[in-house]
Amino acid sequence: MAEGHVMQYKTVRFYLNGRDVEKTVDVRASLTDLLRDDFSQTSVKKGCEVGECGACNVLIDGEAFNSCIYLAIWADGKHIRTLEGLLGPNGELSDIQQAFVDEAAIQCGFCTPGFILSAVEILESGKEYTDDELRKLLSGHLCRCTGYENILRAVKKTMYRRLGKPMPAD
Amino acid sequence: MYDMKALYEAASVADAVALRTAHPEAQIIAGGSDVLVQMRAGKRAGKELISIYGIDALRGVSLDGEENLRIGSLTSFSHITRDPLIQKYLNVLGEAVDQVGGPQIRNIGTIGGNTCNGVTSADSASTLHAYEAVIELTGPDGVRREPIRDFYIKAGQVDLRPGEIQTAILIPKASYENTFGHYIKYAMRSAMDIATLGTSVNVRLTADKKRIDRCRIAFGVAGPVPLRAEHAEAAANGKEISAALADTFAKTVLEDINPRDSWRASRAFRQHIAVESARRAFVESVRLAGGEL
Repeated sequence: MAEGHVMQYKTVRFYLNGRDVEKTVDVRASLTDLLRDDFSQTSVKKGCEVGECGACNVLIDGEAFNSCIYLAIWADGKHIRTLEGLLGPNGELSDIQQAFVDEAAIQCGFCTPGFILSAVEILESGKEYTDDELRKLLSGHLCRCTGYENILRAVKKTMYRRLGKPMPAD
Repeated sequence: MYDMKALYEAASVADAVALRTAHPEAQIIAGGSDVLVQMRAGKRAGKELISIYGIDALRGVSLDGEENLRIGSLTSFSHITRDPLIQKYLNVLGEAVDQVGGPQIRNIGTIGGNTCNGVTSADSASTLHAYEAVIELTGPDGVRREPIRDFYIKAGQVDLRPGEIQTAILIPKASYENTFGHYIKYAMRSAMDIATLGTSVNVRLTADKKRIDRCRIAFGVAGPVPLRAEHAEAAANGKEISAALADTFAKTVLEDINPRDSWRASRAFRQHIAVESARRAFVESVRLAGGEL
């Protein structure tokens, strides 16, 4: 604890993967702290903790945010989605998760939940993006294993499948 | 956990002003993508914070009674880019802020924070200078408005007085009407990088689209704060459009700018890309305005 810190807490109530939840948090906590420590959402990774790597990415009211540089108290009233929320009732993988497996878009897996949540925002927009647009939309994530091509292909493949269109040849 | 001394949350502008007055040493936090990173690095560790992030009244873009564009200070970069009024009247600003950081940063970063941190490399700053934006500040004595040029005092310092918060950025109608602009960010990477140089040009052409009626250009990272290149503007104003004019205009920026040597780039390299960026942004602005080159 910082010297001279005044202990302060705030009760936040929000929706976590559709569930109405409530927690009293230390005002110094980041949203990553809150999601990992109080709700066991361990898909939310602690990577750089300065908003550069994207490993802690979650969806807040439908938009992608790095939860490491988002104060936990700001969660109040928000709809927050994590990777855990994508699983089916019996733990089935969603289409985008399966595409990451099929395309070998994962090696160590640390960046994967963050990438997949950005992909969810992209896919749920219902738009068809070019490769350049997809690269830009995914540019807030660092992957040190795969070289990005397989990740791009997994997102692109799922995008075309959801749009009901054949995927163009590379 | 962040190493902060205390956190005060403002629910309204009046609340924020009261908190600023009660805690003059506290740091304002909007989206936090600068403040929290600096706090983590130890630079602002142990400080009190006043969070204004929850003041929804400071979000969104609108036209006021005189059709001036009003951008709420907490409007995020991604919302500015997607805003229909911005796309219609000030598309260059939407394009400029679409080059900040990466997607997640553009969802949390606010235009108010981008200007209040007083950094010369801010992607919004050169365009706001080039459009002579007016900063609206609300404090204990009410609202005051100040040209953005006067708002920037020196590197990292803006004219935010005791008790005040920035509440909006205004673009006067006369500044955006019939005006078309282009921004060029020069950086080492195409995402998650800070500008080596930012160049924002806009032009208004005469009715026959043969001459430059008004040309404005501002740079980021060409000096300690964002700056206009007035000699270059004077070299273009009133002149007939031609490729030679684009070259003259571009070369004249060297009379106005004063970039420094830093680990990102040398002074000489910044001067080189300033001339080239000015020329390209001028040509593109003229093209957008319907002129032929």
